[in-house]
Amino acid sequence: MAEISIRNVAKRFGDFTALHSIDLTVEDQEFMVLLGASGCGKTTLLRIIAGLETPSQGEVWIGGRRVDHLPPRQRGIAMVFQNYAIFPHLTVFENIAFGLRMQKLPQAEIDRRVTRTAELMHIGQLLKRYSGQLSGGQRQRVAVARALAMEPDVILMDEPLSNLDALLRLEMRAELKGVLAESKTTTIYVTHDQVEAMSLADRIAVMNQGRIVQAAEPIEVYRNPAARFVGSFIGNPPMNFLPARKADNGSWQVAGVRFDGPQAEREEIAFAIRPEDLHPAEDGLPAKVRVVEPLGPHVLATCEVEGHLFRAVLDSDIRLRRGDTVKLAPMPQRIRWFDPESEESLQPHR
Amino acid sequence: MTTATATAAATAADIRRPARLLFAATIVLLCAWVLAPIYLLTVNALSSPDQVNAFPKSFVPGFEMGSITFFLQFGGVLRALFNSILVAGITMVLAIGLGAPAGYALSRFEFRGKGTFRIMVLMTRAFPLPLLALPLAVMFIRTGLDDTAIGLAIVHTTLALPFAVLITFSLFSGIPVELEEAAWTLGCTRLQAFYKVVLPLVLPGIAASAVFAFVISWNEVFAAAVLTIENRTLTAFLLQNLDVSPLHLKFAGGAVLVVPALIFIFAVRKYLFAMWGIANR
Ligand SMILES: Nc1ncnc2c1ncn2[C@@H]1O[C@H](COP(=O)(O)OP(=O)(O)OP(=O)(O)O)[C@@H](O)[C@H]1O
Ligand SMILES: [Mg+2]
Repeated sequence: MAEISIRNVAKRFGDFTALHSIDLTVEDQEFMVLLGASGCGKTTLLRIIAGLETPSQGEVWIGGRRVDHLPPRQRGIAMVFQNYAIFPHLTVFENIAFGLRMQKLPQAEIDRRVTRTAELMHIGQLLKRYSGQLSGGQRQRVAVARALAMEPDVILMDEPLSNLDALLRLEMRAELKGVLAESKTTTIYVTHDQVEAMSLADRIAVMNQGRIVQAAEPIEVYRNPAARFVGSFIGNPPMNFLPARKADNGSWQVAGVRFDGPQAEREEIAFAIRPEDLHPAEDGLPAKVRVVEPLGPHVLATCEVEGHLFRAVLDSDIRLRRGDTVKLAPMPQRIRWFDPESEESLQPHR
Repeated sequence: MTTATATAAATAADIRRPARLLFAATIVLLCAWVLAPIYLLTVNALSSPDQVNAFPKSFVPGFEMGSITFFLQFGGVLRALFNSILVAGITMVLAIGLGAPAGYALSRFEFRGKGTFRIMVLMTRAFPLPLLALPLAVMFIRTGLDDTAIGLAIVHTTLALPFAVLITFSLFSGIPVELEEAAWTLGCTRLQAFYKVVLPLVLPGIAASAVFAFVISWNEVFAAAVLTIENRTLTAFLLQNLDVSPLHLKFAGGAVLVVPALIFIFAVRKYLFAMWGIANR
């Protein structure tokens, strides 16, 4: 049993606050992905859980035990570092075996585990090499194998696949997920690749500037962003936002079109819709087409609505030309609303 | 477009040419400054007494080992040689034993006054030893450290320590902290991570800075001459005796002193660059 619970954790580096009051619980055996832009504090949070960084405030619990004053070796974790941290004076074999030797496991067991994890990461043929003789992607896989071989309760991975080519990444991703589920490991996985996040995660924690903005299942994060940032960060292309002015009896006026919206004590709020939730219709929003990019099954139209950037992913049967004005209607159940100041969702959460 | 760039490049080269000439000339001059005496020293040490005293001088050694052999059989030389090695050995152990932990702390921990500390370490080299000689001699006589190898080695350690600290600081800084951190997460204590991961990686550099400490002690003459009487080191011994020796013996003595130091320094030159942050040359 290894539930991770982070309670009110903050981290300050001098005047700079890297993490503001983080609360996060990762269930036993859960696969949690930390997703966020560069510099938002993902590595810092991971290092606090690992015990490589002391939090300025708050508590870290792993498996029902408070660990914030324990050194890394007593926390029952293994970590994959963002820059690999392969020991240059040891062979790949000895790198993977390093933690096992520290545990004084019998040689036969060490051989078995090293061979198995190396096979899994497709580096079985490299066991006699030194890190100087490996490519970036191979080093990264050694780092992952070294952590997996420990068979820890908790594994912390900081962008472990970032240096692999697309195909290998796809394959490793699937294998990692399989192995970790089978070994019943609780995983925290850092990435800024949202496709990777969606495909791996039981839950995604979206971070922005040292805060966790939303922690929910991938589809929930995608469909019901808790804040404007989440909508604009996740999805490719991201969500569209337009200003909505208050009209009579609870409806809102967006680019001359009326929509039913939330009750809010504001004159103006933000209307949001995903590009793929639009279709051409007579009662739609007037959009002036700027760029048309055919993507095979779809066409991505970059438009302007009342001077605001507005993207639509449309069926490629639709003929569009630069300069055209099309009417694009949103699917009513997919419309989301955000408070312009707090930037939080105005939708009642389901 | 291309012609314009070409002209620009040409003008740049024109400006650079005199500067480069000056640079090259300076290098030749500096090399000559260092190499010419060493060359003459070697030539004369390897020549017979007649050749040394002859005029004009020969620039090709006679490859006569007579002077060297005679010198080494000269009374007290071997004893002084042994003292030199003993003092330099103790200096080496002390300088690394004290310097390496300081270098590690400087590279790994943030503490108040770190920058000042680094400057102070260097500043100790600016303090003239002659100024300290008398009080030191008095103090050593009082504590009974005078005329002992350990006493002299302590003085030499203070000379070698700044370099030991700075070189090891730069060595440890070259080892990413993540390697140690990875070792911690894999079950190591701080100490285990140090000797399983950091030590193997810095060992060649540590050996080099040890050799450097050795050479500093080996070359030192002032403190050695002031603080020892019976147990003279080679430098102090030569200072005392060669004044009154014939020319060819002076050359032999000089060569015996200089050549080991040169070989050592040449062997570890790569790590001395590291002291100034120009690693891996
Ligand atoms: N030791 C430190 N001292 C000062 N600031 C730091 C330190 N470590 C991290 N920071 C700052 O904290 C912020 C978060 O850093 P962190 O490494 O956690 O980002 P990240 O989310 O992992 O980014 P990336 O995706 O680029 O790896 C950054 O702005 C960084 O500059
Ligand atoms: Mg990071």
